[in-house]
Amino acid sequence: MKEDTIAKEAGFPVRFADKLLMGMPLSEYARTLITPFNIVAMIILCIGFPLIGVRFAKGLAAVTHASNEYPWSILLGWGLFSGVPLSATGYVMATAVYIFGYKQYHSLVRLGVLTGFMGYLFAVIYLLIDIGRPWRIYYPMAVSYGPTSVLFLVAWHVATYLTVQLLEFSPAILEWIQARRTRKWAILITVGMTIGGVILSTLHQSALGALFLLAPGKLHPLWYSAFIPVFFFISSIYAGLCMVIAVSTVAARWLRDKADHQFLSNLDPQTVGLGKAACIVMFVFFALKLIGVAHDDNWALLRTPYGIWFLAEILLFILAPGIVLTVGVKKGSATLVRWGAFHAVAGIILNRLNVSILMFNWNLPNHFHDIIPPAREVAIVLSIITFHVLLFRWILNRMPVLREHPDFPEGHG
Amino acid sequence: MADIPKRNIPGGNVPEGQHPSGKNEEAGKATLSRRRVLQTLAAAGGATLVGASAEVFADNKIKGWPDRKGMLTDLTECVGCRTCEKACNRANGLPEPEVPFDEKSVFEKKRRPTASAYTVVNRYENPKSSDKPLYRKVQCNHCNEPGCASACPVRAYTKTPEGAVLYNKDVCFGCRYCMVACPFYVPAYDYESALDPRIVKCTMCHGRVKNGGIPACAEACPVGAVTFGKRSDLIRAARERIRKNPDRYVDHIFGEYEVGGTSWLYLSGVPFDRLDFPANLVEKPLVEQTKGFLSAVPLVLTIWPALLGMCYASTRNKEGKE
Repeated sequence: MKEDTIAKEAGFPVRFADKLLMGMPLSEYARTLITPFNIVAMIILCIGFPLIGVRFAKGLAAVTHASNEYPWSILLGWGLFSGVPLSATGYVMATAVYIFGYKQYHSLVRLGVLTGFMGYLFAVIYLLIDIGRPWRIYYPMAVSYGPTSVLFLVAWHVATYLTVQLLEFSPAILEWIQARRTRKWAILITVGMTIGGVILSTLHQSALGALFLLAPGKLHPLWYSAFIPVFFFISSIYAGLCMVIAVSTVAARWLRDKADHQFLSNLDPQTVGLGKAACIVMFVFFALKLIGVAHDDNWALLRTPYGIWFLAEILLFILAPGIVLTVGVKKGSATLVRWGAFHAVAGIILNRLNVSILMFNWNLPNHFHDIIPPAREVAIVLSIITFHVLLFRWILNRMPVLREHPDFPEGHG
Repeated sequence: MADIPKRNIPGGNVPEGQHPSGKNEEAGKATLSRRRVLQTLAAAGGATLVGASAEVFADNKIKGWPDRKGMLTDLTECVGCRTCEKACNRANGLPEPEVPFDEKSVFEKKRRPTASAYTVVNRYENPKSSDKPLYRKVQCNHCNEPGCASACPVRAYTKTPEGAVLYNKDVCFGCRYCMVACPFYVPAYDYESALDPRIVKCTMCHGRVKNGGIPACAEACPVGAVTFGKRSDLIRAARERIRKNPDRYVDHIFGEYEVGGTSWLYLSGVPFDRLDFPANLVEKPLVEQTKGFLSAVPLVLTIWPALLGMCYASTRNKEGKE
């Protein structure tokens, strides 16, 4: 870890360039970039990015399965509806540490906030590709207000929360570029931003579910419920917890040299602790899903093929990972908790895809044929995921996220 | 905000229908715009309690536009000539279709309104006599409280006093939530357009109606299957037809109550679901489905900061004792 290889006397541009190259000469830095992972990533980007160009040259019809019956394709089903709950990491970790006082999770807050910020940033990127006139994305905020719309709320909140998360993460950026005075200000607003973040998250996580309240005849009754906002909010809590486990697992494995001893040595007990919180929320969510069936008296539908699929979702992708997590917590096994966390994350993605794509328009003829995304759309999504991972790694490599900056001890404010 | 003082207009004190229509309309407008102003404030996050009271007003005072127009399609009359499609195409300056309007082979597939057709006619088998097929004309139904308008985050949709639900492309950013919300699968989107896509749907020939005309499809129909008129008159007329010919019609005016009622009404000789009319619609306007959630928003905005602040204070208190 070279935080500073160039003397302080050098001008800011020189020092900043040095930081971008992680203290290496350009030629050496370029050599470190040639790895099998990066080559595969480059290939995916070279296929996907031109296809994004095709969308802006020939319209959505050229790249997505979206149609007049299916206005939202996997660009949103994955990028927005799955991406946002998996980005609940920021508000979950910041609340645990700064509001509820679980200081032992301090070393995971920055990773949680960064995961959340990046998730929202990329949700917006997916959105910008999907919406018809992306340059008008600020219209709900400034030009024409539609306050009866749940999407109006989502637009306001995602925009505001993106800003809040950038501010929450700003101490890491400011430490990186050694802006001491500005950093002090950034630390001061931590608690305020955290509380603001919880409020915004409560509302827009639930609002993503509430969007579908307007389509009672279109979403299958087992997934359509007056409780859907509550489902989306509660499940976002364990989605965030399990994503922190998942992301920290990946980071500790592949970016070990960017993490400090404190981060690595605390990770296993922290993982078990987060798993404990997550499994409790998962059992609550499982119970809520059953209450949802009871509330609308949909028991008879459970015997239909859709009912089997519903049972598969709640038994194999909510209850089962919940049990894996419970066993892992009881045994104190971080490994088992990690398996449970990845399983739970898969369950969240399945749930959101069920609501936004698989069970939406379930009663239209040819439904399962019409929702299959074309290869071009899959390539676009894969390239954005790849870009997401690369940018995430780029930040973890440079900024003090998995470690404390030596000049700012206890600096994780 | 200038509209707020108008709240004393005695719209609510006088029995409905006894007002000269102009005055009644003005009262309706004042209430509407007051609700909009208040809701904008509330949704922007500031005026939480005001938001709750706006909901109360919305329920009690708004009866919609009393003189709104409507259309009545009598599906027992329709002969599937597609003259309405042609008239619509011409009246709205839409692109010439690939298959000419007198071509009957289009009936082999079920069609829907698209970015280049506001209305289409589909053919169905007649369960009563197989040699006399049934036809259904599809277009925007111009709901009384439209789902598309409730969905739109930029208020691109307006329910006009004349009854038409109009779309404004100048504020639309292309999120397509209106298409998700429409229970009739009506709004079509120009997916082929890269940078200038818009929603396309029937306007109930709003311009022609404003100038005293009638919608092109109603004017063109050679068998009088499509009638234009005041919605309340059309409902009375439809009831009358059912009463006089109970064997000809099923006893149901589609659109009278579905999703809060629509401006476009239908009579049919066979149950509506046989003609692919959605059978699972709620009777309340769709906006009711999200009202509960949106009412909770100001509560969360008000209560959460205090609750979380209390948690924080409690944590600090414990830390102090250690």
